[in-house]
Amino acid sequence: MTGPLAALPYATAAWLFLAGVYGMATSRNLVHAVGCLSVTQSSTYVLLLAVGYRRGATAPVFSDVPTSVPVVDPVVQALALTDIVVGATVTALLLALVVQVDKGHGTVDPDELSELKG
Amino acid sequence: MTGRVRRWALAAGLAGTAALMVAAGTGLPRFGGDQHPYGARAVAASLRQQTANTISSVNFDQRALDTLGEESILFGSVLGTVVLLRQTRDEHRVRPRPERVPAALRRYGAGLLPVTLLIGLYIVAHGQLSPGGGFQGGVVIATALHLLYVGADYRALERIRPLGLFELVDGSGEAAYVLLGGAGLLAGSAYLANVLPHGTFNTMASGGTVPLLNAAVGLEVASAVVVLLAHFLDQAIEITDNRKAHR
Repeated sequence: MTGPLAALPYATAAWLFLAGVYGMATSRNLVHAVGCLSVTQSSTYVLLLAVGYRRGATAPVFSDVPTSVPVVDPVVQALALTDIVVGATVTALLLALVVQVDKGHGTVDPDELSELKG
Repeated sequence: MTGRVRRWALAAGLAGTAALMVAAGTGLPRFGGDQHPYGARAVAASLRQQTANTISSVNFDQRALDTLGEESILFGSVLGTVVLLRQTRDEHRVRPRPERVPAALRRYGAGLLPVTLLIGLYIVAHGQLSPGGGFQGGVVIATALHLLYVGADYRALERIRPLGLFELVDGSGEAAYVLLGGAGLLAGSAYLANVLPHGTFNTMASGGTVPLLNAAVGLEVASAVVVLLAHFLDQAIEITDNRKAHR
């Protein structure tokens, strides 16, 4: 892949990031905002895997291929795994906070949560 | 801040970020290129350690300390969620009623549960050989248990899910990882160093400490997902808020 198309994976990551941030900033519902954070974070998966891609290479697992075949970069794949685990747990924690916000304030619209309540 | 000002601030921020991303993008390696210096070294190290799944070797051998941090984030998040979603004084529990489930759904759940459980255990056990490992397999195992909620009802799930036990296993998985790291120190090497014999390439007994760390992570992730989902499901099904009724 050459020319402008070669930048497509990186552009996809950038677009996902910007779309997620836009969604978070304009969100009228905290559950939706947490979903947008997940979209923002998924841009990092795309970026990591795009950086590690190698043309004509296979997955970095040698259980059924000879050790001489070219493989894609395993370091970024391991980072993507870490990324996914941390993303999922942080999403759970944030959703638990949203449940508490709804209980305490009776709303999940961030614009209606302007005053502090002890 | 009014809506109009906020939209302008957002547009300026997004445009600035996009410009920085484009500038940074020109310095990135060419997509699909042959030069992966870190990847090449990680693959060489993985083959030296007789671990067929390079990604497991990176996660549980070469970067094992980072994975300890990742596991601790998981542990901390579960702890935080449990504290946030506990039953408060002005809430009470209602016991969920037994539900009628269509026979086809019941058969589907009963048939798929053991298969899913087995696949989960397989994925944890073969983390050093084929794609998968403790994180992935743990989630599959936890999913298997929740097929009981789909195929039967919440009471059936609660019967096979003693929460106290799963919370204990969650902590034990985290502790096992920390202690396995200490084994490296006892053997006269570094913390979390792969000190066990590396075994024969592409067999179950290969990779040294990698399968053990995978098992510890599998335990923790499976019980962490069960505990997390239990607290969210409790909120949705069992716990009712007195004040909600008055509002």
